[in-house]
Amino acid sequence: MSSMRLGLRRGWIDIRHTFTSPAELWQYVFPAILLLGTAFFMRNATVPGTSFSLGARTLPSAFGMGIAMGGLVATAQMLIVDREDGTLLRAKAVPRGMTSYLIGKVVTIGGMSLISFLLQLIPGLLLVKGLDAGGTDWLTLFWLLPLGFVATLPLGAAIGSLFDDPRNMAMVMFPILGLIAISGIFYPISGFPGWLQGVAQAFPMYWLGLGMRSAFLPDSMASVEIAHSWRHLATFGVLTGWAIIGLTLAPMLLRRMAARESGSAVAARRERALTRVGR
Amino acid sequence: MTETVVVGAFGAGERLPAAEPVIEVRDLRMRYGAKEVLDGIDFSARPGEVIALLGPNGAGKTTTIEILEGFRRRSAGHVRVLGVDPERGDERWRSRLGVVLQSWRDHGRWRVRDLLEHVGLHYAPFGTDRIPRPWPVDDLIEAVGLTAAAKTRVSRLSGGQRRRLDVAIGIAGRPELLFLDEPTVGFDPAARREFHDLIHELTDLVETTVLLTTHDLDEAEKLADRILILAGGRIIASGSADELSRQVAGETEIRWTRDGQRFVHSTADATAYVHHLFLQYGEAIGDLEVRRSSLEDTYMKLVLEAEVAR
Repeated sequence: MSSMRLGLRRGWIDIRHTFTSPAELWQYVFPAILLLGTAFFMRNATVPGTSFSLGARTLPSAFGMGIAMGGLVATAQMLIVDREDGTLLRAKAVPRGMTSYLIGKVVTIGGMSLISFLLQLIPGLLLVKGLDAGGTDWLTLFWLLPLGFVATLPLGAAIGSLFDDPRNMAMVMFPILGLIAISGIFYPISGFPGWLQGVAQAFPMYWLGLGMRSAFLPDSMASVEIAHSWRHLATFGVLTGWAIIGLTLAPMLLRRMAARESGSAVAARRERALTRVGR
Repeated sequence: MTETVVVGAFGAGERLPAAEPVIEVRDLRMRYGAKEVLDGIDFSARPGEVIALLGPNGAGKTTTIEILEGFRRRSAGHVRVLGVDPERGDERWRSRLGVVLQSWRDHGRWRVRDLLEHVGLHYAPFGTDRIPRPWPVDDLIEAVGLTAAAKTRVSRLSGGQRRRLDVAIGIAGRPELLFLDEPTVGFDPAARREFHDLIHELTDLVETTVLLTTHDLDEAEKLADRILILAGGRIIASGSADELSRQVAGETEIRWTRDGQRFVHSTADATAYVHHLFLQYGEAIGDLEVRRSSLEDTYMKLVLEAEVAR
C-alpha cells in the first residue's frame, strides 16, 4: 500500500474518531452555534455606509477565519501534541511512517475544517438573511478553499515544529488573535489607519475573509471593501505567496524536528508533563 | 544459560555461510559538548542473540541504543546495523527493525486492532519470500495475548495490556532486530514478570535478534543470552550471567562451624579448600555453606571499579 493510501486511511480513521466523543462533537457544533448567534445579535447593526446587515457580513468573514484557524492553529497544535505524546516518534520508527503521518494530518485537518465549514454554512444560508451565493460564487469556493488550506496548513506545520511544549501554544495564539482583530472578520477595516490595513493585508487571514465575502455577499457589497473591489487576483496572489513560503519552510523544519525525535526526547517531555500536573 | 552453537561448522549437514553480525560496533564515541558520554564502545551481535546493555543510569545505554536505531547521530566510530550505517538507513532498512517504545497517551482513541493493522500495512511493501511482512494482524494480536482487547480503545487498556500493545507495534513488521530501551521502567513486579514471559515466548517463537537496555540486573539475567555491562561510557565486562560472575576474581565464600566456632574463608578454588577441610577435621565440620559471588556482587564491584577509575 502506498504512503498516499496509508495517509488517507490514517486521516479517515482520525476523522472518524472525532465523531465518537461528545466533547469532540461539541467542538464542531459550538463554533457554529456561537457564530450563528453572533450573526443573529448583529442583525440590526449595519455595515457602515450601507443598509446591509453587519451580521450577514460577519458570517462569511468568519468562514474565512475558520479555514485560517484550522490550517494554522489546529495544525500547529496537533503537531506539538503529537510530538509530546510520542505519536510522531512512532511514525518515525515505521518505514515511510512520517510520510503517511503527514498525509494523514493534512486529511484530518482538511476534513475537520470542511466539516466545520459546512456546519456553519448550511444553517447560515438557511437562517441568515442577505447571504447570496449564485453560480459563479460556488466556483470561487472551488479555488479559494483548497488554496486557503495550502496557504495556511504548511505554515501551521512550520510553526508547530518550532515549539515542543504545548504550554507555548499561547505564543502562537496571541498573534493570531491579534490578526483576527485587524483582518476585518467582525468589522470592516476600511476605517482603520492605512498602516494597519497594510499589516492585515500581508497575511492570509484577511484575504480568506475577503474571498469568502466575495462568494456569499451580493456584488454591491464590494463597494465598501478596500479598493472597492473583491480583488480576486490579489487574493489569489497573496494566498499563493503564503503557500510557497509554507511549502518551502515546512519540509525543512519538519525534517529538522523529526531528526530530533528519539525515545529519550519523548521520555523527557513525559517527565516534564507529569511534573506539570503536579503528580 | 544458553550457549551459542556454531551451526554447520562440524560437518553435520549443510554448510551455512558465516553469519553476518546483526550489529557491529567499533570504537563508538559520543560527545555532548565537553562531556564524553560514550568512550569507545565495541561489541557485535549474532543473529538470534538476546543482548542486554546493563548499567547504572547515565552510563550511556540509551544513547547507544538510539544511535543503533538511527535516531541519533554519533560523534565517531564504526557502526553497522544489518550491514547498514544507521545514519544512512533507508526505508527498507527501517522495515527490518522493530523498536518497542513506551506508550504514554498517543493514539488513545484508536482501537487496538485498527492501530496494529495500520502500523502493519507500512511493512507490506517490504516483505520477502523468507520473511512475509507484516505479521497477520489477528495472529499478532493473539501472539501478544490481546485478542480479548482487540476492539478496545488504547486509552482504556490496563498498564499491562498497553505494554503488550507496545511490543506488538514493535514486532508488527516481523523485525530481524528488535530494540527495547528500558522496557520495564516503572512497572510493578507483576507487570514486569508478565513482560519477561512475553519476551521469552516471542524469542522462542521467532528468530529475532534482541538488544535491550536495562539498569535492572535481574532483568538482564532473565532475558539475555549475553550481558554487556556499561559504565562511564565503556563496556567494562561482557558474557553470560555465569561467565560474568566467574570473571570477577572468582572468589567464593566458604562458611562453616567447628567446635561451636564460626569460620569464614574466601578462595578462588572452593572445591579443593573444602576437600582439605574435611580431610583435616572430618565430621567436626558443621553448617557448611559455599557461596559463589552472585551476579549482583559482580555487577556492583565492576561498576564501582569503573567509577573509581574515572
